[in-house]
Amino acid sequence: MTGTDTSIGLRHLLSTEGLRREQAEALLDTAAGMEQALTGRAVRKLPTLRGRTVVTLFYENSTRTRVSFEVAGKWMSADTINVSASASSVSKGESLRDTAATLGAVGADCLVVRHPASGAPHRIAAWLDRVGHSHLGRDGHVAVVNAGDGTHEHPTQALLDAATLRRRLGRVEGAHVAVVGDVLHSRVARSNAHLLATLGARVTLVSPPTLLPVGVETWPVTVSHDLDATLAQGPDAVMMLRVQAERMHGAFFPSAREYAVRFGLSQQRADHLPDHAVVLHPGPAVRGMEIASSVADSDRAAIAEQVTAGVHVRMAVLYHLLAGEDVA
Amino acid sequence: MPSRRRGAPGSGGASAEGERELLSAADLARTVARVAHEIIERTAPDGGTAPVVLLGLPTRGTYLARRLAERIGEITGAVVPTGTLDPTLYRDDLRLRPTRALAETELPPGGIDDAVVVLVDDVLFSGRTVRAALDALRDHGRPRAVQLAVLVDRGHRELPIRADYVGKNVPTNRSEDVAVRLVEVDGEDGVSLR
Repeated sequence: MTGTDTSIGLRHLLSTEGLRREQAEALLDTAAGMEQALTGRAVRKLPTLRGRTVVTLFYENSTRTRVSFEVAGKWMSADTINVSASASSVSKGESLRDTAATLGAVGADCLVVRHPASGAPHRIAAWLDRVGHSHLGRDGHVAVVNAGDGTHEHPTQALLDAATLRRRLGRVEGAHVAVVGDVLHSRVARSNAHLLATLGARVTLVSPPTLLPVGVETWPVTVSHDLDATLAQGPDAVMMLRVQAERMHGAFFPSAREYAVRFGLSQQRADHLPDHAVVLHPGPAVRGMEIASSVADSDRAAIAEQVTAGVHVRMAVLYHLLAGEDVA
Repeated sequence: MPSRRRGAPGSGGASAEGERELLSAADLARTVARVAHEIIERTAPDGGTAPVVLLGLPTRGTYLARRLAERIGEITGAVVPTGTLDPTLYRDDLRLRPTRALAETELPPGGIDDAVVVLVDDVLFSGRTVRAALDALRDHGRPRAVQLAVLVDRGHRELPIRADYVGKNVPTNRSEDVAVRLVEVDGEDGVSLR
């Protein structure tokens, strides 16, 4: 018996904005515990979520996030089911609300939602909370996890980035993290800005003025338009964001070449970073655009570690949402 | 918070009144030494057929396992590998309580296959923690045998589990609370009942 009850009062995980520091740290501690629990053993299976059903509902393409949630659920013995919008009744015109209600009614304990519209997981959580499922003889609620909504948030990505920084730097508090690139279209940037600030890191967003969202001045960050000036400050970590061509319906910068020259992490730029500095990329990376191939493959880059940390972080999230007694 | 294995929830709250000392610091040291001797007698870590591994259940079992290994080393010269095994993810009462924090799991580098594993915990109560630990152990390997050492057996078992080595048997009321204090965690050694 470990003795300590540490319910962190998490009902859904919809954003890192508003996540309290002790909640974030409990999630990161649990993720580290999951890694330890699975290290060096033949059977990578824990019985913890036996009998719980996790449904991933994806309205956008994804490899790593969906697989990561699925693996996280399976390693804890949850039943995981994938629903993709293209292969479901969504393509027949079913509304988001009806789809969510259906998945709740068939017995999902947790919905992991990715949607191109910002706020979609929040709506689903509100609907499911209001409906309740007492008519099914269940006392529990359906927990909703945001796996990326539009250009809003991607909380588990920020948590796995923080977990990677903890591993590489030993701490997040006091670290200087530069987040570079297409902040406007990046839910990763927004989630990280809030989470890293909550954990006591100093965040600098580096981006062309055209790729900054309205209202960025209210974020807990510093903004810069000059990558070299920011790198000269010797940041502890540099997080490169993908240029999201699929979300760009206008001219945000003159040419890809110019973007790469001004905001790409070239080998020369990486060479001037402090020795301990970590390079992060949420993936999928566009090599030669925001990050040079040689940098992405260097020891500095923690891209593969981020993916591994993602499984442990998602196990931690599912554990806190599903393992304990229900949070009223 | 020094205490664990409490009975009725909310029965905690350290007050000097109504607290009875079961083991002083010196008693605790003698008890650990005696259990170390018993483990040597039963498992022969200095030349037996199977290697012996001590696995503590967090938090205080981990430190007790290390102390036992030290004593065994002093007596026999054998180096007994120790580790720590967190059974939280295998508990059967997760749904009944607020979410629990995870503790450390670290097995010795040599693993546990074909070893005699002695699980070490501070207090044996319902037996459910040990049940969870046995399940966790199975996922880490196949020991030749598994034994259980506890500092205090307070009774009230809910499962057919018993300890191979017992520091002290203490008849208790379910609502009472056996508080084990160790220097490593609590700054002092001792066991009391309240």
